[in-house]
Amino acid sequence: MIPSSFEYHAPTSVAEALSLLQQYGDEAKILAGGHSLLPAMKLRLAAPGVLIDINKIAELRGVVINGNVNIGSMTTWATLEHHDGLRSACGVLPEAVAMIGDIQVRNRGTIGGSLAHADPAADTPAVVLALDGQIRAQGPGGERTIAAGDFFTDMLSTALEPTELITAVILPTLGKGEGAAYVKFPHPASGYAIVGVAAYVKMDGGSVSTCRVAVTGAGPKAVRLTDVEQAVLGGADAAAATANAGAGLDILGDIHAGEEYRRAMVAVYAKRALQKAMERASG
Amino acid sequence: MTTITVTVNGKSYTRDVEPRTLLVHFLREHLNLTGTHIGCDTSQCGACVVHIDGKSAKSCTVLAVQADGASVTTIEGLAENGTLHPLQEGFWEKHGLQCGFCTPGMIMSAADLLAQNPNPSEEEIRHGLEGNLCRCTGYENIVRAVRYAAEKMRAEQPA
Ligand SMILES: Cc1cc2nc3c(=O)[nH]c(=O)nc-3n(C[C@H](O)[C@H](O)[C@H](O)COP(=O)(O)OP(=O)(O)OC[C@H]3O[C@@H](n4cnc5c(N)ncnc54)[C@H](O)[C@@H]3O)c2cc1C
Ligand code: FES
Ligand code: FES
Repeated sequence: MIPSSFEYHAPTSVAEALSLLQQYGDEAKILAGGHSLLPAMKLRLAAPGVLIDINKIAELRGVVINGNVNIGSMTTWATLEHHDGLRSACGVLPEAVAMIGDIQVRNRGTIGGSLAHADPAADTPAVVLALDGQIRAQGPGGERTIAAGDFFTDMLSTALEPTELITAVILPTLGKGEGAAYVKFPHPASGYAIVGVAAYVKMDGGSVSTCRVAVTGAGPKAVRLTDVEQAVLGGADAAAATANAGAGLDILGDIHAGEEYRRAMVAVYAKRALQKAMERASG
Repeated sequence: MTTITVTVNGKSYTRDVEPRTLLVHFLREHLNLTGTHIGCDTSQCGACVVHIDGKSAKSCTVLAVQADGASVTTIEGLAENGTLHPLQEGFWEKHGLQCGFCTPGMIMSAADLLAQNPNPSEEEIRHGLEGNLCRCTGYENIVRAVRYAAEKMRAEQPA
């Protein structure tokens, strides 16, 4: 299968990419790792007239850890998976990334591409939500920072404008008393999440002072499980807090896992993620 | 048309391609290197795996224009002076293939795995080959073939 024809541009700076985006408008698509976009183009589910390949923009690659974690949007999964500093600063990210697809997908796919694509079964949206991360974007009007909670608007839809480019993802560094974990029930062939849950807790003097839990894979977009969070803050343990974690959620069933089953798995994986996060926060 | 220059198995090629040409089609149809296979439309099977600047990639999910200036290694580039690469020998010795369709991709993925981890456990081999599907072997002999190659390569290059 071959994509339909398009015009190809490979800018070497963010400024150049932005002016191409403005010039071509709706016709154009950004090409990052290409591991969501090119498969869609091969199946002719997407047929952009112009591709703006941002792989040559060096300023978009790399991880800087300095008070927080600043990840360039074009940083590949493989870089995040093997980044030593990241493992101690924000270990839940490499933990989740190592579960994505396979080595070849991780060698090409990027964090910015995954967040922009907002696949309902992608892994990192749950992690970014649980860590209350931020997405930095640049557009014709300059730079803005979008809170993870405001970023995912619907299935495959985000708060990003068509003329905007994600430049970076900002995550916190986790210290003593903080713990986070990601657990996932992968689709056996693709590796995508049938259900994936990320949990973050902060302990203060033996009790939980902050708790965020987010689920991906189950519904049209990744969401926070606020009822679970409230229960944990109210003193419930992981099992009690998650017993009804799937209730009231917008869940999409398919041939691989029906709605009822997915709902049940949300509770199971939420419990596991919370338990792990709590252990890590206490350890 | 866009003019690209790609080094494939050590030899430099300059060609005109349409931007929509996938790297796998460039290798197979423009350069006649048909060892790299196409087994699916969904980027899942791994029959098309090659190395781009030393890293394994599914060449059906990379544009040829993206390989401009890069160095690509395909299955045809593994043997040196007529001597099979230890992985090729391992697949032969351990019966790691039946129809052979998945084999070039399996070997290229395994080569990347062994470059990162010269002494992988059985589980690490299976995890490392997650992006490669085989319809014939049941994977057992593929794992044995990779272990054979890992041992041989470690023996050849003592740490
Ligand atoms: C076989 C297979 C298995 C996979 N398994 C998993 C898995 O288990 N878990 C998982 O999470 N993902 C999985 N993926 C998806 C993979 O991680 C993708 O690489 C990723 O979702 C998209 O990132 P990309 O860099 O490839 O983006 P691309 O495919 O290049 O782009 C995706 C979309 O985002 C837009 N875009 C890209 N970058 C930017 C930017 N900086 N600013 C604005 N818009 C941008 C593009 O225009 C496009 O619309 C899998 C993919 C494959 C092929
Ligand atoms: S042909 Fe199947 S992954 Fe490339
Ligand atoms: S040997 Fe036939 S597909 Fe693997």
